[in-house]
Amino acid sequence: MSRSDLPALTIADLQSFLRRKEVSPGEVIESLRAQIETVEPKIDAYLSMDFEAALKEAERIDVDLPLGGVPIAIKDLINVKGQPCTCGSKILGNYRSPYDATVIQRLRAAGAIPLGKTNMDEFAMGSSTENSSVKVTRNPWDLSRVPGGSSGGSAAAVAADAAFGALGTDTGGSIRQPASLSGVVGVKPSYGRVSRFGLTAFASSLDQVGPLTKTVCDAAMIMKAMAGHDPQDSTSLPDPVPDYTKNLGRNLKGVRLGIPKEYRVGGIDPQVSSAVNAAIKQLESLGAEIIHLSLPHTEYGISVYYLLATAEASANLARFDGVRYGYRANHPKDLLDHYGRTRGEGFGAEVKRRVILGTYVLSSGYYDAYYVRAQKVRELIRQDFVKAFEKVDAIISPTSPEPAFKLGERTANPLAMYLADIFTNTGNLAGICGISVPCGFAKVNGSQLPIGLQILGKALDEARIFQIAYAYEQSTDWHKARSPISLNSKSEIRSAK
Amino acid sequence: MARTTDLDVGYVSKLARLNLSDEETALFQRQLADVLKYVEKLHEVDVSQVETAAHAVPMFNVFREDEPGPCFTPEEALANAPQKANQLFIVTKVVE
Repeated sequence: MSRSDLPALTIADLQSFLRRKEVSPGEVIESLRAQIETVEPKIDAYLSMDFEAALKEAERIDVDLPLGGVPIAIKDLINVKGQPCTCGSKILGNYRSPYDATVIQRLRAAGAIPLGKTNMDEFAMGSSTENSSVKVTRNPWDLSRVPGGSSGGSAAAVAADAAFGALGTDTGGSIRQPASLSGVVGVKPSYGRVSRFGLTAFASSLDQVGPLTKTVCDAAMIMKAMAGHDPQDSTSLPDPVPDYTKNLGRNLKGVRLGIPKEYRVGGIDPQVSSAVNAAIKQLESLGAEIIHLSLPHTEYGISVYYLLATAEASANLARFDGVRYGYRANHPKDLLDHYGRTRGEGFGAEVKRRVILGTYVLSSGYYDAYYVRAQKVRELIRQDFVKAFEKVDAIISPTSPEPAFKLGERTANPLAMYLADIFTNTGNLAGICGISVPCGFAKVNGSQLPIGLQILGKALDEARIFQIAYAYEQSTDWHKARSPISLNSKSEIRSAK
Repeated sequence: MARTTDLDVGYVSKLARLNLSDEETALFQRQLADVLKYVEKLHEVDVSQVETAAHAVPMFNVFREDEPGPCFTPEEALANAPQKANQLFIVTKVVE
């Protein structure tokens, strides 16, 4: 293959080339640079790139390390030393990270090279990446549509071969939903599985860092490199990290998959329903047993999520006060004016909206009615899953109720935007793990729009969802279909074998 | 549960130390009233027997040895300061 085709490779295939010395890490970065320069004017996935730093690192990389010589794109709310970390916000416009997040330290130790920071909804608040204060990212499958969000830059970059793999964060679906809408694999690890140290906090009881990749195997490789206990994050779990690649290739005989009746709600796009139904049949043909079950508190997920996530965000974002870092309003007349104008001028509309809602639900007189009640319903949602996982090994659903929507279509109606998370955010509330894998396409006005299948597993059972996702992926050709602006876009897409 | 009309965006923005324009105040008042109306459905749920959970994974009393580790130099700590002088952050006057 020619050098210019390298960015089309999966991480696993790239490593074979690197280890056989058929290509050097520096050449990999140069080939990726060329592809980024080709597609960036169309998709605007990146906020910043530092090729010189990456090339320097490439000079002394050991390609025999688990991710040796593999460039990884990083969502711009994860700190990478010396690089900007804007969180998609004007308030951090001039910020440079003075340290590496734990996940970055671990990826570096595994030989990966952080290359470029990707666009996102401001402070990860959104489902379309349109809330970025910097620019709008476009879906590589249809440039008039959103890539999903909030990790939309990471998803679009992977879908356009402008990244071999990327990190995102998932608070209510922000990895899985853009993975689904952009036709890539995305993993939300169990709460506590991956360190949050060095990640700019949005909702601390829900946030997790996870990978977005072209294949399930690549996601398992990145997870293996970055999961595990971190003394810097008191909520990270001490449990040992299994080899997530070990179960890949095992068949699904005896695996029990749950289909919750509450996920058959109205408002699901018919093409999404039929793709997911076909995927369920496919999983059954691979030996899985399908069990119908109930998660009775599902309908309260969005309400609980938006009360708790905004409450936590209002507290977390109090740190943006213009004192030690970030934007500061000019010539404040006193301290209140300093805070009020710094934050009023620094934050975008969605962030302000959520800080107001979060402040309100935590305020005296409303705390019990909103925050405490939401915490209790959260516990009921968690118990729903605990009970379900006594009967099944994983739960199957669409990742998103619909394929990618048009740019600008939802921005005037925040509640409609929030409903994009209907299948994903209960997983965050319950602290369990989930993965989105491509499972087909919707044909909308001449465009082919990816559809994602969500597989939810019990807490710390990532190995199981990787096994199921891999078996499904390998029995279909969806992951081989590439977006029209990727390097080797295949116009013809076959359905399941 | 509280009535949604209780939300006064102008007042809450003061609590949040977050200045809003008149247009933003009016817009958020309307949009958040919709959101609060939507979440009213939580009122249907019987939570009388439920203990409050702040985290999905209960963890308590996480301790570590109190040992000094690597830390920023003053220059690194001040690198992103909006205003600085003499190895100090310059802040807006706090006391009269």
